[in-house]
Amino acid sequence: MEFYLYLALFAPLAGSLFAALFGASPKTLIAGLVPSLLLLTSFVSSTILLVHILGGGAPIQVEMMTWMATGDLYIPFGFIVDQVSVTMMMVVTVVSTVVHFYSIGYMDHDKGFNRFFSYLSAFVFSMMVLVMSDNFAGLFIGWEGVGLCSWLLIGFWYHKESATWAANEAFIMNRIADLGMLIGIFLVYWNTGTLQYAEAFALMPELPTDILVLMGIFLFIGAMGKSAQFPLHTWLADAMEGPTPVSALIHAATMVTAGVYLVVRANPLYDLIPNVGLFIASLGAFVALFAASMALVNRDMKRIIAYSTLSQLGYMFVAAGLGAYWVALFHLMAHAFFKALLFLGAGNVMHAMHDELDPFKMGGLKKPMKWTFIMMTVASVALAGIYPLAGFFSKDLILEVAMIEHHYIIYSVLLFTAGMTAFYSFRLVALIFHGEERYKLFGVHPHEAYKFMLIAMAPLLILAVIAGSFKMTYFEMVTAVLPATEYHVHSVVTYWIMTIGTQLFVILAIAFAYKKYANSSVKVPDGTSKMENRLCYKILSNQYYIPYIFEEYLVKPYRELSTVLWKHVDMKIVDATVDGIAGIIYSTGEKTRDMQSGNLSTMLKWMVAGTVGLLSLAVVFGLAVRYSAEIKAILSGLGV
Amino acid sequence: MFEAIAFYLFAFLTIAMFFIAVTTSQALYALTALAAGMIFISAFFFILGADFLGAVQIVVYSGAVMALYAFGMMFFDTTRDVKEKNGNKYIVVGLATISAVLVVAIFAAPIVSQNITALYPMVEGAGNTQEVGLVLFTKYLIPFEVAAVMLLVAMIAGIVLAGKQMDLSLTLLDDKEIEEIKNKKMKKVL
Amino acid sequence: MMEIGLNHYLILSTILFTIGLIGVMRRKNLLLLFFATEILLNSVNIAFAAISHFYGDLTGQMFAFFVIAIAASEVAVGLGLLIVWHKRHGTIDLDSLATMRG
Repeated sequence: MEFYLYLALFAPLAGSLFAALFGASPKTLIAGLVPSLLLLTSFVSSTILLVHILGGGAPIQVEMMTWMATGDLYIPFGFIVDQVSVTMMMVVTVVSTVVHFYSIGYMDHDKGFNRFFSYLSAFVFSMMVLVMSDNFAGLFIGWEGVGLCSWLLIGFWYHKESATWAANEAFIMNRIADLGMLIGIFLVYWNTGTLQYAEAFALMPELPTDILVLMGIFLFIGAMGKSAQFPLHTWLADAMEGPTPVSALIHAATMVTAGVYLVVRANPLYDLIPNVGLFIASLGAFVALFAASMALVNRDMKRIIAYSTLSQLGYMFVAAGLGAYWVALFHLMAHAFFKALLFLGAGNVMHAMHDELDPFKMGGLKKPMKWTFIMMTVASVALAGIYPLAGFFSKDLILEVAMIEHHYIIYSVLLFTAGMTAFYSFRLVALIFHGEERYKLFGVHPHEAYKFMLIAMAPLLILAVIAGSFKMTYFEMVTAVLPATEYHVHSVVTYWIMTIGTQLFVILAIAFAYKKYANSSVKVPDGTSKMENRLCYKILSNQYYIPYIFEEYLVKPYRELSTVLWKHVDMKIVDATVDGIAGIIYSTGEKTRDMQSGNLSTMLKWMVAGTVGLLSLAVVFGLAVRYSAEIKAILSGLGV
Repeated sequence: MFEAIAFYLFAFLTIAMFFIAVTTSQALYALTALAAGMIFISAFFFILGADFLGAVQIVVYSGAVMALYAFGMMFFDTTRDVKEKNGNKYIVVGLATISAVLVVAIFAAPIVSQNITALYPMVEGAGNTQEVGLVLFTKYLIPFEVAAVMLLVAMIAGIVLAGKQMDLSLTLLDDKEIEEIKNKKMKKVL
Repeated sequence: MMEIGLNHYLILSTILFTIGLIGVMRRKNLLLLFFATEILLNSVNIAFAAISHFYGDLTGQMFAFFVIAIAASEVAVGLGLLIVWHKRHGTIDLDSLATMRG
């Protein structure tokens, strides 16, 4: 079994290195095919491991090598495959395999084809390290690795100013959060003396609560950055500058869920501090609503899906914060499938529309793009949480959790958000695929994507439909390591009212979206309609002015402060000191050149001068030794 | 009393001679003054009871070294006035004075003079030459032999550098020229 | 004043040494420079002999012997080199000996 573990872990790395060999050469199909096949190997290995774990096998833990061993600090490169990490491995390998094969078609005409696969496989490797590590240090390596690959991939089209800006924004925001994460890890180490999950969590119940609260908060700050929770959420929408497969893999299915994974992984810690958990849940609910509201009016197809991701991450944090870790992980898995599908569908549409992102400029695409239409509709239905698709099982479960834990405010917020989710998802579907064929105005001739791309997407389609039926199997497996709390509404009547009510609410929202956006009267907005001039529309479409606030109140003062520091501190003190030292050395050299005139007579004089210097040193030291007692007395008198 | 008179007399003479040796512009005067100074120094050795050292001083310096210098002088044709450009005199005198003061200060410091103990005390009832012989051939045998080898090397070096082929020096020729000379020799043999 | 002690000899030695230093610094003719170095060596010899006498230790005299041996070697080799130099350049002036200029 260890062989499969290493295979699952290192196959993506091999693929990345292989593709990197072709980094500077023009597009070669093999550079895309080999990493994809290696990833398929990784996926197969993960499946074998999953079967092993499902069959009741013991978690596999290996220690590959010692990484650091100094004094009491011992950090190995250790990996573990238990119920939680195998779930994550399956999610990562399935989505990334699909995305890899899809990308062979999607990136077909791109100059950076080989480079793209190298980055993408490197990302998968980092993500695997992140989820498979059995200690916080390994987690952190993976954490930073995915951050780096995310930066590379968002800024993949580096010639675009907006792409590089978005890449830097994402990287810097994550860096801020990573500082919190690092402090959290240090706290864990200081207080438990180990970074191994099992040992650290075993020691935690004995620690004082306030230290645990600090640990929980700082680790959660790291999770907030990766999972783009408020107020560090702005990078996720801007990260849509990257190629669409990247958005599907990194910014929907895997990397952004790392925060949720961290909270799930640290469940013994968060169980001890329910107040922090409640805070996480509240923040999650807030983000769910907040992101969904921004998605309502946005006019960028990918951003809408990005906000929806944000909103769904909020759901996951609600579940994790309320202690329903397995529910969070379940929603993470289901969400990964249908959100990746949605993104890949959006990628098809973008290809067909020549990188047009405004859904108002599309419409009526269901005829030329039948399969994409079906896939995106199914994904949206799953996202909306209609029975019997994946979203119903996972998302409604979160609603139930909120209900059962008696957090009615959170429940109602989530319920309302579910309606909004349905609305904006189908607004997008209606605008793209139904109504008049507005794209004709712009002279575009849409075409369906390559057949193999559609086939590559098929596994996701199937999983988005059937993922919900794994619920009980999954529950039995994962509760071996996570708290096994089953969430059942006690009264049957309440349960049915809740379920049917939710379903009806969601269906109504969908119907409303269709009614409003699927008819022939939809026009390309030009900023004159009544709705667009409403205050709430402006607030929403400007993302609550948060980017503006960041720019005005954080970035600009910081820039001014930096300018001041640069001009006055850096140039006048630091640079001047360094330059001064260099100047002194230069001028000393210039002036002492005369010494080295090659004239022996001059040299003899210098020799004598040197002798005099040494002799005076001898005298000084002799005196110092002779009068050492007195000198000590004087020095002690001076307080030295 | 007698010792003091001798000391001051020879001190004065030595200083005067060496001063002339250093300052005169006539190379011949310098040589003569130096030789005289050397002999006066041997007087100190006799006063100090180091008879053997005094004898060696006269033999080696006044005999061998001075003779060498004399020959050298003839070779270099420095019997006429020596023209020398001199730099700043104050620097020279100043540096010398400071170093003298410092050396005196070091010598006079009690920490030095109080810490000297005799490693090889004088043997009672033996003459200086005998004592020197005893120490030189027991404790200092190896340095003595090494010094002998060094003198041999120096002698050979002196002969090779100065004596062989007075019109041609191997040390200042490059490899090519040496090769040519060798070839010439080979031809002669053949 | 009349009693001659170690310090007298040491001071004499220092004075001679200083004279030697002056010579080393102001002489430009290499042969005369060699004279100055002889003065340096001799002044040290006086100090050695004096210390040897006043402390009843023969080590000082031993060192003086070796100094004399070194001086003799130096003269032999030095004069040989001087002759070579003179043959090449026709001068033994220090200022002409500037091949070490960088």
